[in-house]
Amino acid sequence: MTGVRVLVGTRKGAFILTADGKRKSWDVSGPHFAGWEIYHVKGSRADPNRIYASQSSSWFGQQIQRSDDGGKTWEPVDNKFAYDGVPGTHQWYDGTPHPWEFKRVWHLEPSVTDPDTVFAGVEDAALFRSNDGGKSWAELSGLRGHGSGAHWMPGAGGMCLHTILLDPVDPKRMFIAISAAGAFRTNDGGETWQPINKGLRSEHIPDPHAEVGHCVHRLAMHPSRPNVLFMQKHWDVMRSDDAGNSWHEVSGNLPTDFGFAIDVHAHEPETIYVVPIKSDSEHFPIEGKLQVWRSRSGGQDWEPLTNGLPQSNCYVNVLRDAMAVDTLDACGVYFGTTGGQVYASADAGDTWSAIVHDLPPVLSVEVQTLT
Amino acid sequence: MIRVVLPSHLRMHANINGEILLDVDGKATQQSLLDALERRYPVLRGTIRDHATQRRRPFLRFFACQRDLSHEPMDAPLPDEVTAGSKPFLIVGAIAGG
Repeated sequence: MTGVRVLVGTRKGAFILTADGKRKSWDVSGPHFAGWEIYHVKGSRADPNRIYASQSSSWFGQQIQRSDDGGKTWEPVDNKFAYDGVPGTHQWYDGTPHPWEFKRVWHLEPSVTDPDTVFAGVEDAALFRSNDGGKSWAELSGLRGHGSGAHWMPGAGGMCLHTILLDPVDPKRMFIAISAAGAFRTNDGGETWQPINKGLRSEHIPDPHAEVGHCVHRLAMHPSRPNVLFMQKHWDVMRSDDAGNSWHEVSGNLPTDFGFAIDVHAHEPETIYVVPIKSDSEHFPIEGKLQVWRSRSGGQDWEPLTNGLPQSNCYVNVLRDAMAVDTLDACGVYFGTTGGQVYASADAGDTWSAIVHDLPPVLSVEVQTLT
Repeated sequence: MIRVVLPSHLRMHANINGEILLDVDGKATQQSLLDALERRYPVLRGTIRDHATQRRRPFLRFFACQRDLSHEPMDAPLPDEVTAGSKPFLIVGAIAGG
């Protein structure tokens, strides 16, 4: 039976929301790993029963959980993320050198083709890979070692590698993003990396056009067009048509171009979604009106989507990993808020309803389309 | 046998009910006790001691015999009542956070 499984990571556990293809009636399972912070939960595209979860705690450190039955049961796998060689230093908030220290896994990205291969983006920023279903992890240290790592600096949320995009056409090419270093690309499976931040402008760094140092919040890509990337930067929504070699701004008529989440419609590569947030000092929607904005032209021209979303007294945030789309027809769009709501639209954003209202603050939302 | 009590999150994580009874080879110290604990329950590696530094995680404390042993050297002998099994070794999560 066709359906969807929404994987929700929150401050106090993971939740799994399932529905049939109509996406009207939902079953809620959880909390899984109650009391732990679940930064990210993501299923394998190669085997939807394989799901990975990043479970962490200020008390007990990092765990990685794995399910082989679609989230019904879980087993902890390896939690050792050791930097390759001598970790060295990056910049601290005050500009002084600070040793690289592992804190947590922000994002897990299973391979497109192999359920046992999964990438992990961590804080302090680095990329790890497991080829055995999470039983062991090794750093792809070419990223940290490519030359600029000593100059990376944490954003307010920590120096996190939060985005991993795998090119579905070329398995050796991937894109990652780090707050606040910027976006990077590898063309050789992670051995070597290059910054891809040309065209970004950030007023909060000494050189607004610097090669690294930009606070990239999120990247998105449609799988049919891996050369086209979209970016929600700290401020500015950006687009690249050449795999990140250059970027141009497509904020257009957005009421504010600050935000965290960005995603692409499953069937329309020029249709993109963002959730405008008032500013970097006021992390909530403008005038308390929660709005998703959609562009059907790849940016620049945007329309607000408000039907079913609160339009008064709403002061939640939508974090960078908390938006996802399913691949049903019509495309479903989902996002979670720091107020504990998970909103769903079964008509590409035209109308919305809350699947759940009162979860802990939502850190991440992913969707699996089940056929 | 040494009695060890874990915080509830770690008991759930390792599927442990109640106290743990551990045999510790040689001199019983925090080091040898934690080594034995992690051998029995590999899933606890990295949860009490940081993987990289092997130091106690900052939000955890070690109590026994109404004393805070958290800052004792890792190779210091455990109290006699702990090694004799009359008092438990308590691994306690700090009261912090929301």
